[in-house]
Amino acid sequence: MKPSPLRIHRPKTIEEILELLSVHGTSGKIIAGGQSLVPVLNMRLAAPRNLIDITSAAGLDELEVVGDEIRVGALVSHRRLERDPATTSANPILADALRHVAHPAIRNRGTTVGSIAHADPNGEMPMILALTGGWVEVRSVRGARSLTTESLNVGPLETCLEPDELITSAVFPALRPGQRAGFDELARRSGDYGLAGVGMILSTDDNGVDRAGAEATITGLKAGFVSVTDIPDIIELDEFVAGTPLSQVSTILDDVISAIKGFIDPGGDIHASADYRRHLTGVIAGRLLKRLSRQRDGGGSPAGGSEMRQEGAR
Amino acid sequence: MNQMTSNETMAEPTSTIRLSVNGRDHVLEVPDRKLLSDVLRQDLSLTGTHVGCEHGVCGACTVQLDGDPIRSCLIFAASAQDHEVTTVEGIGDDPENPSDVQQAFIDSHGLQCGFCTPGFITTIDAFVDENPDPTEEEAREAISGNLCRCTGYQNIVKAVHRTAELRAACGKQHSETDEEASEANR
Repeated sequence: MKPSPLRIHRPKTIEEILELLSVHGTSGKIIAGGQSLVPVLNMRLAAPRNLIDITSAAGLDELEVVGDEIRVGALVSHRRLERDPATTSANPILADALRHVAHPAIRNRGTTVGSIAHADPNGEMPMILALTGGWVEVRSVRGARSLTTESLNVGPLETCLEPDELITSAVFPALRPGQRAGFDELARRSGDYGLAGVGMILSTDDNGVDRAGAEATITGLKAGFVSVTDIPDIIELDEFVAGTPLSQVSTILDDVISAIKGFIDPGGDIHASADYRRHLTGVIAGRLLKRLSRQRDGGGSPAGGSEMRQEGAR
Repeated sequence: MNQMTSNETMAEPTSTIRLSVNGRDHVLEVPDRKLLSDVLRQDLSLTGTHVGCEHGVCGACTVQLDGDPIRSCLIFAASAQDHEVTTVEGIGDDPENPSDVQQAFIDSHGLQCGFCTPGFITTIDAFVDENPDPTEEEAREAISGNLCRCTGYQNIVKAVHRTAELRAACGKQHSETDEEASEANR
């Protein structure tokens, strides 16, 4: 249970990281929090000869909400993002999902961008990035590019990143007015990989303008999944929900659940059969949609961020 | 693979690292691949940090990095430079004068074999600083990343609350002398 021999490089700037990657990219790996990589090294599932430890490099720890975007630098830990009030008011689904990422001690060290680069279908944050319509910003000595999750995620644990490329930040869009978002997951033990997890963004016509007591109507719904799809695939469910008043959500529940169960593609293993995971996904999705429909304020714009939106988050 | 590359593969890269542990600075020559948990135990003889699963599941090796609990088996010693590491010895290393968390484990019968205990001590020490008056649910969540095969956890949850009690009482004593009442009651 010890890694094979390797050389650790500790660059101090982004430029130094990129230089090192251009030389060692093919024989090495970037390490930030290492909470997924070190177990892989300890079990010798991988044996890179070089590790580029980016944790002491300057300029990668930005965490800020700029306009409608939550910008998360490569060194921002899960824990810091989970506790950031500006992030939670811009889009509460991040903290909602982050609370399901392993344990607090792992979240203290693990980074959200690292989790996205690892591209584990059992990971929460790659899916959250896809569900929110976010992207990553990537640099190498050859230049810079932005990648949507659609192009980033090629397969389970596989991205389209070249060996010399570094994700410098991930950008999660804020919720728009009238949107509500949430995440839920079931695991066999606290902190384990989820047997199944669901994230949802529900759109309504309640855009904050005084509606004189009129009830809000659902205009759209999309969902993403943990552990039951190979890559963070998102399903658009507008056709099943658009035009339904929020209080009538129970009338569309069955359609939404059966569409989701048809969309996902779970595998079976020692922990749960494929059928059981499919069943669980439906149950979680139904509960989550009901919860979002009842929620008075499901997140929303940064402008409304001062309200007590965290009540459900803790 | 020729002779040259196979030699290169076998070579063990080492580095001189500066590590700050329990308030003391150490300069050590260690293999780059050496985990913090192993450097603490083998190079610094701080054997209070226990090594269980070595992939982050059991929590026995938990130490504090700049005050936050982390797994010492999931970080290279070289990467822990520029941070302050606190092990269970840094929290309390005198049987005659245990820290509040250690006293709480004694009071609550929070251990049997003791293998998992250092990980719980470091975890709970940081948690009670952050949440001085936890609910039972919060206490359970806080220790959910640490496995114990003896106790059944009930008495460890009690130890979390007992720690909070002891620390609050201690905070009160402090506040009477140095006017930090508002800080201590937070």
